[in-house]
Amino acid sequence: MNARHKLRRLAVLAPPMLWLGLFFFVPFLVVLRISLSDSAPAIPPYAPHWPGLGEIGTFIRALDIENYITLLSDDLYLGAYLSSLRIAATATLLTLLLGFPLAYAMTRAPKVWQPALLVLVILPFWTSFLIRVYAWMAILRPEGVLDQVLGQLGITSAPLNLLNTEAAVLIGIVYSYLPFMVLPVYASLERIDPALTEAAADLGATPLKRFFLITVPLAMPGIMAGAFLVLIPAIGEFVIPDLLGGSDTLMIGKVLWTEFFANRDWPLASAVAIVMLLILVGPLLLFQRLADTGRRA
Amino acid sequence: MKRFRFPHFLALILGLAFLYIPILVLIVYSFNASRLVTVWGGFSLRWYAALFNNQPLMDAAWLSLRIALVSASVATLLGTLAALALARFGRFTGRTWLAGMIAAPLVMPEVIIGLALLLLFVGLEAGRGFWTIAIAHVTLSTCFATVVIQSRLVTFDRSLEEAAEDLGAPPWRAFLAITLPIIAPAIAAAWMLAFTLSLDDLVLASFASGPGATTLPMRLYSAVRLGVTPEVNAASTILIALVALIVVSASLMVKKNLLDTRR
Repeated sequence: MNARHKLRRLAVLAPPMLWLGLFFFVPFLVVLRISLSDSAPAIPPYAPHWPGLGEIGTFIRALDIENYITLLSDDLYLGAYLSSLRIAATATLLTLLLGFPLAYAMTRAPKVWQPALLVLVILPFWTSFLIRVYAWMAILRPEGVLDQVLGQLGITSAPLNLLNTEAAVLIGIVYSYLPFMVLPVYASLERIDPALTEAAADLGATPLKRFFLITVPLAMPGIMAGAFLVLIPAIGEFVIPDLLGGSDTLMIGKVLWTEFFANRDWPLASAVAIVMLLILVGPLLLFQRLADTGRRA
Repeated sequence: MKRFRFPHFLALILGLAFLYIPILVLIVYSFNASRLVTVWGGFSLRWYAALFNNQPLMDAAWLSLRIALVSASVATLLGTLAALALARFGRFTGRTWLAGMIAAPLVMPEVIIGLALLLLFVGLEAGRGFWTIAIAHVTLSTCFATVVIQSRLVTFDRSLEEAAEDLGAPPWRAFLAITLPIIAPAIAAAWMLAFTLSLDDLVLASFASGPGATTLPMRLYSAVRLGVTPEVNAASTILIALVALIVVSASLMVKKNLLDTRR
């Protein structure tokens, strides 16, 4: 590899590397540092233990884990982490239950329909996330569209009062993240050779057996990718629990937002973020491996 | 041969209905003459008129548009470079780092990215506003742009590039004459995705913005928090129409390009 060749590669590689390093990686070091400082009623509202070069020793001694102790000892935070995980996991499962049949039906649709169907599934993802969540506010609110339709049909007689409940948060997550599930599942279903299920049918396998022994295992990479694409961002979701959830729907993204914007406790908000990252690091690494092998294959 | 049976058709219809009914409800009610969101008072354009007379909202829309134009362009450039590195350089030092920094923001909760960026900006004592929001959006959109362009780069026939280089074209020339025209639709798609991501973002902008810089989603969010209003319905309908126009024309463009390369 000659010098010019190396230089050329560097010119391609350096800009994205530097940008993401500076604006994605370095900020986490800053968060880590501030999570280890005291909150202070000043602007900015924290008292950093910022080391001069000769003061590393003092710096280390001054770090304190007080914010992390607060996180562990207050039920609010532990409860918020746990209920975020629970809500995100439930929503991921529901998204799969809804997304899989849709993706499956898309692969069965006539070939000429498929590009149009793909665009139809992707289109909502391109329209504003905030607007799509807002649309559900109008549907779920008392005397809203859902209550009116169900009332007219005589199915319900009283308002369902779904807005500001956990059910509304689940609906919001499933709705917003559905395309993220359908697209990878569709991609992996589409690659399955129909000869495989036909051979199984010839050998006497029932449709149910063919589905669970051939189709589902072969679609697993897509299902996993879809599950991570829903689960990881859903755990830290802020907009959906804020607009559709009630005061009793605890989610950690909302707690972080409140600590930061309402209570102005930046060090505690940073500690909340660091703990959330620690929870997410396992799924993130798995997702990255999946994404990288998927794209190289 | 696999057949398309009634249950499949039903799954398609129900799935698409779930995706589109909420959006349709929003659009229909934006033309409602009544201020009461749940009562149909006849067709009217009054909320659209109110919208255009709402100066703070118009200012916010203009700010969002400028941020989206700048951040989409920078993100597409960075995304193209990152995609080239990931798709063409094989195994290189730092590949895992780059791939990781591309994949992580795709799924990482936005509150974490936003908080981290804000603390960096405060640490650097950067004045917050237009540029800090733009930087935040570039960081997120670069990752999406990379994925879109990279998937195009790995699927096209590399022998074309190799032939050009064998015939003595310097690499930059092979890139401009062969690679760039082939990946152009992906670059256009990446730019549009970055543009809509920026136009739509609430969380990153809320963290990265300073006094005086309020983007459209931030303005809509504070209106929405107070409840459902027909004016927001009108603003939403305009945004949806804009995005639908962009996506449909983009997919037609990509389709045409596919037909061209197949010929």
